Amino acid sequence: MTGASRGWARAPACIVALFLWAAPALAVQPDEILADPVLEARARDISREIRCPVCQGETIDDSNAPISRDLRLIIRERLVAGDSDAEVVDYVVARYGEGILFNPRAEGVNLVLWLAGPVLLLAGIAVALAAGRRRKATDTALTVEEEARLKDILNQ
Amino acid sequence: MIVELGHFALILALMVAVVQATLPLWGAHRGDRRLMALAGPAAGLQLVLIGGAFAALTWAFVVSDFSLAVVVSNSHTAKPMLYKVSGVWGNHEGSLLLWVLILAIYGAAVAFFGGNLPERLRARVLAVQGMIGVAFMAFLLWTSNPFWRLALPPLDGEDMNPLLQDPGLAFHPPFLYLGYVGLSMAFSFAVAALIEGRVDAAWGRWVRPWTLAAWIFLTIGIALGSWWAYYELGWGGFWFWDPVENASFMPWLLGAALLHSAIVVEKRESLKAWTVLLAIMAFGFSLIGTFIVRSGAITSVHAFASDPARGVFILMILVFFTGGALTLFAARAGAMEARGVFGLVSRESALVANNILLSVSACVVFIGTIWPMVGEWVLGRDLSVGEPFFNAAFTPFAVGLALILPPGAMLAWKRGDLGRSLRGLVPALVLSLALMALGYALQTGRTALGPIGLGLGAWVLFGAITDLWARTGRAGAGGRLARLTRLPRADWGKAAAHSGFGITVFAVAAMLAWKVEDIRVVQLGESFPLGSYEVRLDEVAQVEGPNYTSATATMTVTRAGAVVAVLHPEKRVYPVAGMPTTEAAIDYGFWRDLYLVLGDPQQDGGWAVRSYIEPFANWLWGGSLIMALGGLLSLTDRRYRVAAGARKPVAQGVAAE
Repeated sequence: MTGASRGWARAPACIVALFLWAAPALAVQPDEILADPVLEARARDISREIRCPVCQGETIDDSNAPISRDLRLIIRERLVAGDSDAEVVDYVVARYGEGILFNPRAEGVNLVLWLAGPVLLLAGIAVALAAGRRRKATDTALTVEEEARLKDILNQ
Repeated sequence: MIVELGHFALILALMVAVVQATLPLWGAHRGDRRLMALAGPAAGLQLVLIGGAFAALTWAFVVSDFSLAVVVSNSHTAKPMLYKVSGVWGNHEGSLLLWVLILAIYGAAVAFFGGNLPERLRARVLAVQGMIGVAFMAFLLWTSNPFWRLALPPLDGEDMNPLLQDPGLAFHPPFLYLGYVGLSMAFSFAVAALIEGRVDAAWGRWVRPWTLAAWIFLTIGIALGSWWAYYELGWGGFWFWDPVENASFMPWLLGAALLHSAIVVEKRESLKAWTVLLAIMAFGFSLIGTFIVRSGAITSVHAFASDPARGVFILMILVFFTGGALTLFAARAGAMEARGVFGLVSRESALVANNILLSVSACVVFIGTIWPMVGEWVLGRDLSVGEPFFNAAFTPFAVGLALILPPGAMLAWKRGDLGRSLRGLVPALVLSLALMALGYALQTGRTALGPIGLGLGAWVLFGAITDLWARTGRAGAGGRLARLTRLPRADWGKAAAHSGFGITVFAVAAMLAWKVEDIRVVQLGESFPLGSYEVRLDEVAQVEGPNYTSATATMTVTRAGAVVAVLHPEKRVYPVAGMPTTEAAIDYGFWRDLYLVLGDPQQDGGWAVRSYIEPFANWLWGGSLIMALGGLLSLTDRRYRVAAGARKPVAQGVAAE
C-alpha cells in the first residue's frame, strides 16, 4: 500500500479519488508521516488550514477522503523539496483555488470579514458611550426632583 | 390508520394555531375578555394535537411501518429500539415535528403557569406563539410532511446514518430544539411588549426564566453535541466551527447576552429597548440556525436535507418574523424610556460591556458562517471560512469576557468603585498568576495558549468564589459561612455559572495546547510509548453487532508496569447504510482521557493506530454542565417561584441584600 499510494500522489487527484474511494482511510496515516519532526509539524500546521475539497466542513488533516490524503502527501513532498510554508500554500491554492483555504487571506473583500469584529466592537462601545452620555444628561435633570423629594423626606 | 390520525391531528393543530394567532390578539386590542381567554385553551389543545401527531410518528418508527417515506429512508428493522425512537427526530421531517411539538409545549406552559401575567400580555404572547406555530406547521405540512405514504412500500428500510446511531446524539437534537424554541418565548414577550408599548421590571422578571430555561437547554445541547463529536468522529476534536455548530452557538451567545441585560431591566429598569432588540435577535438567530441546518444552503457535514423549496420557505418565515418584529421595534422603541440611570463605572456598565462582547462575537461568528455564501452568491468566488479564522477572530472576545467578568460582577449597581472590587480580587489575581506561572514552568511546548488559558480560567473561577464570599457580608468567618447557606439561589447560580465558564475556558485552552498525538503502524503484541504511558496492541477480533460487523482490538495501557486500562477500539461497517465508522475507545480520567483509535489493517499484518492523551477533557463537559447547573439554580430562585407576578421582590429570608 505504501509504495503504490506514494506513486499515485503525482497522478491527478480525481483519478486517485476514484481508485481509493472504495476503501476510506482514517485521517493522517502512519505511512504519510515524515521522518523529520520539524517538517512534519510544519506539514500538520499547513494541513489544518486546508479544506478537504470534497467534504467542505473538514480540514484535510481531519478528513478521511482519499483526495485529502493526496493533498497531505503533496504538501509533504513540497516541504521535503525545500519550499517555504507560504510557497506550499501558494502551490496548493494555484491548483485548487482560494476556496481551499480555511483561513481566507486578509486582503481585498476578505478585509470585510477580518475587520468586522474590531469595527463592530468599536461601534458598540461608541453607541454605548453615547447612550450613557444622554442618560447622564437626564441624570442631572432628575436630581433636582430627587433633591426636592429628599428634602420632603428629611423634613418629615 | 394511526398514521392518518396523526396526520389529521397535525392539520387540526394548524387550524387551532390560526385561531390562537388571531382572535386573542384582536381581543387584546378591543379589550374583549372572552376572545383573550381563548388563547389558553387553544394553546393546550394545540399541545394535545401535536403530541398526538408526534406519538403517531413515533409509533410508525417503532413498528417499522415502511409505508411511510420517512421511515423507509431513516430506519431499518434491525436497528436497536433506542435508535428507532431517536430516528423520529434524526431526519428533516421528524425533527421539524419535534420543533413544533416543543413550541406547543412552551405555549401550553405559558397558558398553564402564566396565571399571574396581565390578561392582555398573556393573550398577546400566546398569539405571537400561535403565529410561529402557524408558520412552522404550514412549512411542515406543505414542504416536509412526515406522514407521506408510499404507494409501494419496500420490505425493509435504508437505515439511519450510522454516525447518528449513538446515545449522545439521540438526545442532542431535543435539547438543542428546547433551546432554540425556548428563545421564541423571549421573542413573543418582546413582541407583545412592543404591541403594548410598555416594558418594566415585571416584564424583565417574566422574560428571564424563559430565556434562562432556553439557555440551559442550549448549553446542554451544545455540550452533548460537542461530546458526541469528541468520542464519535475519532480524532478527539470537540469543536469544528462547522456551520451547523455555529448555528447553535450564535443563539447561545445572544441568549447569554439577553440573560444579563434582562437582569438590568428587572433590577434597574434600564436597557429596555436594547433588551427587547436582543430578544428579537436571539430568536432571529435561532431561525437563521434552522435555515442553515434545514436548507442546506451552506454545505456542511450535517446538512442532510438540501432542498431549495424548503430553504425559501424558511427564509420567508425568517424575514416575516424578524423583519416584522424589527419594524415594530423601530416604531415603538422610543416609547421605552429608561428609568434607572447609571454611571460609567457600575454593574450596569459592566453588563453593557458583557452584552457588547457577546453580541459582537455572535456577529463575527455569523459573518464567518455566511461568508462562503456571500462569496458564492455575491462575489462569485469560492471562499471557505473555518477553524483558523474563527479561532483568531473569536478568541479575543472570549478573553475579553473572561478578563472583565470578575471585577464587573462585583461592581455595585448605579455607581461602583472599580478600585474596591479589584482590591477584593487581589487574592484571586495572585492565585491565577501563580497557576499561570506553574503551567508555564511545567509544560514542555512553546505555546503560550495553555498557561494563558489556565490563568484566565482560574481568574474567572476564583473571581466567582470571591464574589460569592463577598456576598456574605463582614461578620466573622463562622457567621459568613452560615450566611453562605442562606444566600438566595440566584447568587449561587451566578457563582456556579461563572465558575463553569472559567472551567470551560481553561479546558478548551488545555485541550488545544497540551494534546499528545501519536500515529503509527503497530504489529500484534507490539507496544509503543504514549506520553508517560505504554500502549500494547494485544489482538484484533471480528465481532458481529446487531446491525454492523466490527474489527475489535484489545489494547492494554500501562504506566510504570501497572495496567491503567484495557481498551477496545473498533472499526465498524454498517452493511445496510454501506458505511464504515470508527469507535474510539476512551479511558476517561480526571486529569486526562486516553483516546485510542483503530485504523486500517496494513499489508505486513500490522494495524494503523492513532492514540491521544486529551488533557482535562472531562473539565470541558464538566464546565458546561456546571454552567447549565448555575442556570438551573438561578431558575429555582424564590423570586420566580414565589413572587413571579409581584412587582417588588419578597424581602424575607434574603439576608445579604
